[in-house]
Amino acid sequence: MELHSAGENSLILYLGQKTSPEVSARVQAAVLAVESSLGDDLVDLVPSYASLLVIYNPLSTDHLSVAKRIHAAIDSLGEHSQREANTVLLPVFYAPESGADLEALAERAGLSTDEVIELHSSQAYRVYAIGFAPGFAYLGEVDERIAAPRLATPRLKVPRGAVAIADRQTAVYPAVSPGGWNLIGLCPVRMFDPASTPCMPVAVGDEVRFEPIDRQRFLSMGGTLA
Amino acid sequence: MTMQVIQPGILSLLQDAGRFGQHRIGLTNGGPMDPEAFACCNRLLGNPAGATAVEVSFGGLRLQAQVHSFICVTGASMPLCINGVEQALWTVHPVKPGDDISLDFAESGCRAYLGVADGFQIEGSFGSSATVVREGIGGLGGVKLQAGDQLPCPEVSQRKRLQLLPEHRPHYHDIVTVRVIPGYQQHHFSRLQQRRFFSHRYTVSDRSDRMGYRLEGPAITGDIEGILSEGICQGAIQIPADGQPIVLLNDRQTIGGYPKIGAALSLDAARLAQLKPGGSVYFAPISPHGAHNALHLAHSFFRRQPLQEIPA
Repeated sequence: MELHSAGENSLILYLGQKTSPEVSARVQAAVLAVESSLGDDLVDLVPSYASLLVIYNPLSTDHLSVAKRIHAAIDSLGEHSQREANTVLLPVFYAPESGADLEALAERAGLSTDEVIELHSSQAYRVYAIGFAPGFAYLGEVDERIAAPRLATPRLKVPRGAVAIADRQTAVYPAVSPGGWNLIGLCPVRMFDPASTPCMPVAVGDEVRFEPIDRQRFLSMGGTLA
Repeated sequence: MTMQVIQPGILSLLQDAGRFGQHRIGLTNGGPMDPEAFACCNRLLGNPAGATAVEVSFGGLRLQAQVHSFICVTGASMPLCINGVEQALWTVHPVKPGDDISLDFAESGCRAYLGVADGFQIEGSFGSSATVVREGIGGLGGVKLQAGDQLPCPEVSQRKRLQLLPEHRPHYHDIVTVRVIPGYQQHHFSRLQQRRFFSHRYTVSDRSDRMGYRLEGPAITGDIEGILSEGICQGAIQIPADGQPIVLLNDRQTIGGYPKIGAALSLDAARLAQLKPGGSVYFAPISPHGAHNALHLAHSFFRRQPLQEIPA
């Protein structure tokens, strides 16, 4: 574990070097431990793949006190002090008409589109981080055979619900936005809805599975095609 | 009871102190780019700290009062007229229904705060009224002010007419020194690169916005190109592959994978946010200890700044 200064009101805690479910579980455990040890001095937390950014109120405490409390909290981390992870099932209409890069990705991988769909939907993914945009969950890691680099020229407009792959990460776009990931399908479930509680179906540490659905089912669930 | 937007100007946004505790769902904090001027506006009006005001970038806002109340404008020097008569900034003025309130383009600085007695009454989303256009959240429907918008505010008949004494009003220059707390991936930048960063002048690019101030100057190179995506604090200074620093501000993404050399002191980031494209920036290192002391001093100075009542 390493703890570094980040700014006047923040420290960054590194719990590992790379992406792994074990490191991610430690980040999750650290979130709970740091929350309870900092109490009202805590302003916000940003958990990510292998790190936790801790933002505190610099007028109510100082970096030395915060560092001391983070060290103590991490030292006393139990193996099982993590939050119960939910498993969330997300339906996906995988097709060239809903995923503009599905065929190119399959060709690049030397697979059929059905094989790509099979590989993408046959495993569980972990929510490693949420960021980039409200509700954008970084899921990992996809099978190496269907990993694909970002597009050389990002699209100006990726539709809401687009299911996409970049390297060994996959995600569902929560809103229309620019983006450079490879699009393979559409999910009719909203990943971010400010009007509902909770506003997101997933949280960091949750497990996500994708379930292939056909066009008709996609449309009946409220999905729309451009 | 409202103020009606007649002309929105270039970029006018409803802001409270910011949205906190929501980074975990990817929401950034938003809030005023110059928290000092924003806080002073509310203090002059006798409002709770963090009451919603309008942040006017560059100028050009015109409102019509439809209520008896009081207004105050702080921050960048944008000439304020009420019914065509120029009025002082950093000063509380009464308004009545039908009054025409206009803010011209900034003569110095870039962002002004127009507040109203008791604040604009905007329903919060995720605990805050701060408008973040990139996220479509806060303010009125998550967008900047539009002509015809009605900004709700209560009728207020009594308020002390206070002003900040002219000698206490900040001057916004077009050169700003930003103190930087070294941190994050600082060790990935050699001593030579750090010296380059701290000894040259940078210029504010015209691609700067509320997400971040992009600077142009001598390129800084580190020994890594990217890192595993991690949380980005307010003021973090990112060095992308082209070596041109970006100071990440209120509407930044919450996580990212570019290496960072440190983070700007908030007091100076507020001054940076008052620079227009073309403004000059120098960086100077400050220790976490030094930063802590500077924040406390500024806070205590701010609370004790005398406000003067204007005789009726």
